[in-house]
Amino acid sequence: MTQQQTAGPPSAGHADLAEEFLDRQTPLSRIRNILHRYPALSPAIVLLIAVVVFGLLNDRFLRVENLSLITQQVAVVGTLAIAQTLIILTAGIDLSVGAVMILSSMVIAQMAVGSGVPGPLALIAGLIVGLASGALNGFLVTRFRLPPFIVTLGTLNIFIALTLLYSGGSTVRGSAMPGVLTWLGSTFPIGPVRISTGVVMMLLLYIAVAFILGKTAWGRHVYAVGDDKEAARLAGIPVNRVLMSVYLAAGAVLAVGAWIQIGRTNAASPNAGVDLNLDSITAVVIGGTSLFGGRGSIWGSLLGALIVGVFRNGLSLAGLDVLYQTLAVGILIIIAVSVDQWIRKVKS
Amino acid sequence: MTMTEFEASHTETREPILKARNLVKTFGRVVGLDGVNLDLYPGEVLAIIGDNGAGKSTLIKCLTGAEVPDTGELFVSGQQVHFKRPQDARVHGIETVYQNLAVSPALDVASNLFLGREERLPGPLGSLFRILDTKGMRRKAKEELTRLGISTLQDVTVPVENLSGGQRQAVAVARAAAFGSKVVVLDEPTAALGVRESNQVLQLVRDLRDRGLPVILISHNMPHVFDVADRIHIQRLGKCAATITPQSHTMTDAVAIMTGAAKA
Repeated sequence: MTQQQTAGPPSAGHADLAEEFLDRQTPLSRIRNILHRYPALSPAIVLLIAVVVFGLLNDRFLRVENLSLITQQVAVVGTLAIAQTLIILTAGIDLSVGAVMILSSMVIAQMAVGSGVPGPLALIAGLIVGLASGALNGFLVTRFRLPPFIVTLGTLNIFIALTLLYSGGSTVRGSAMPGVLTWLGSTFPIGPVRISTGVVMMLLLYIAVAFILGKTAWGRHVYAVGDDKEAARLAGIPVNRVLMSVYLAAGAVLAVGAWIQIGRTNAASPNAGVDLNLDSITAVVIGGTSLFGGRGSIWGSLLGALIVGVFRNGLSLAGLDVLYQTLAVGILIIIAVSVDQWIRKVKS
Repeated sequence: MTMTEFEASHTETREPILKARNLVKTFGRVVGLDGVNLDLYPGEVLAIIGDNGAGKSTLIKCLTGAEVPDTGELFVSGQQVHFKRPQDARVHGIETVYQNLAVSPALDVASNLFLGREERLPGPLGSLFRILDTKGMRRKAKEELTRLGISTLQDVTVPVENLSGGQRQAVAVARAAAFGSKVVVLDEPTAALGVRESNQVLQLVRDLRDRGLPVILISHNMPHVFDVADRIHIQRLGKCAATITPQSHTMTDAVAIMTGAAKA
């Protein structure tokens, strides 16, 4: 009996599959399956609707200058969101991204202005700070097996303190820095639009990380580790090495974020970026990446950052108080996580 | 004892693919393995049964590199080996399907088959930019599944989480059996499955054996064991109480030996 049932021709197996897919052919579950397969789809839809609605509410919203402004406002958070996505994909979370970015930006600025180091070398020093911070987080997560939430909560405070100790609490102005440090704050025209080099840098980072996540074994291992750590280990993936490399990569991205931040604000301030930690998590979550790891797309995070930018900009153009922007972002987060939970129910 | 002695003399002429001699493993004062011998011959299904704490898991872990035995020797195709980690065993062609299914749910079937041993594109695209050969891996995954006679997985681009329990088990078994492995170890492959899915997996085990790939099967399920096993290794109190065959003993005999109610 078992022989007949299971050793049948390939068509028998095919029928099995067909049967299972038939089970979930209700329209709602079909939508859910599509969203499940393409995690960046739901934020894309939300962004589209938001742009259309705000465009209808206010003529100025869809103007090229305004859209260009939104992308500039998003550049720093968008870059931090890349680092945050990498870490959240491994089922971690990084509360220290903003603090690392600020520490790195202070080191870059102080090196160049205070110590007179040439601009490119100061940038390399910033990169080293980013990598060292990532290494510390990664080391604590992999060697001491501490939860990333706790590790980065601790390092968040450490990095804030280091920043203040190092900088003495003073802001370095962009005008005092070598040109290369503020270069990412400059703009160049493409037709009628002025494009910020910082935004271009962010987009290049997205393209690079999307390529690495999608096309290389390392990218696949990042997903596998976040999906099921034990399964990844048993499949022969060096889990700790992958985790460590993710924190290092995140640190490098944050150093670039520091460069963008200096250009965007035309200064390096130790007190900037208090909200950036949570804003980056917001962008990633709204972008459809699961906080449970292993699921999501880097483009979703860009869309998430843009959604937050569009909401803030659109609501302020509509003449609403800043408080309502914050309220709207809060509601967005909860909706995004609820949708994620619903989508995850596809799992048996 | 006569049966096991007969077995031993009967099979002496063949070279075991996997041979373990006098494996001892202690955990503090607890003796997990107390001098265990085991032989696995080409093209056979060897079941390992035993009560909880009899040393089944420890034995398997020693065979697959997950634990290092205190003393004892391991031979693969007559050559002595020392496994320090699971990768060492894998290098020697011993692949294990763990009870908790080491598959990555969000990745598709092909990605799972190649997980941890991805293949890159030829030329600079692969060596310099490290781009994966996704198409090639999918094609090879299909070929492997066909070769292994796994018909329940038609589409290798489906995420594993969209598959049934039996199909997931098939993915895990396929990964273990594919790509030139010598021995497949299955730890409780039917424990979490329904009747029909269990039958599919058992059929898969028979198919592997018929293709010449020896299988070690750990199971609590006596009917399943007696259904597919050629020989049955019974662990009791850290030792091999007996090695029987489904023809020589009944299930009741096996349970009696397992629990110590009868001597082999």
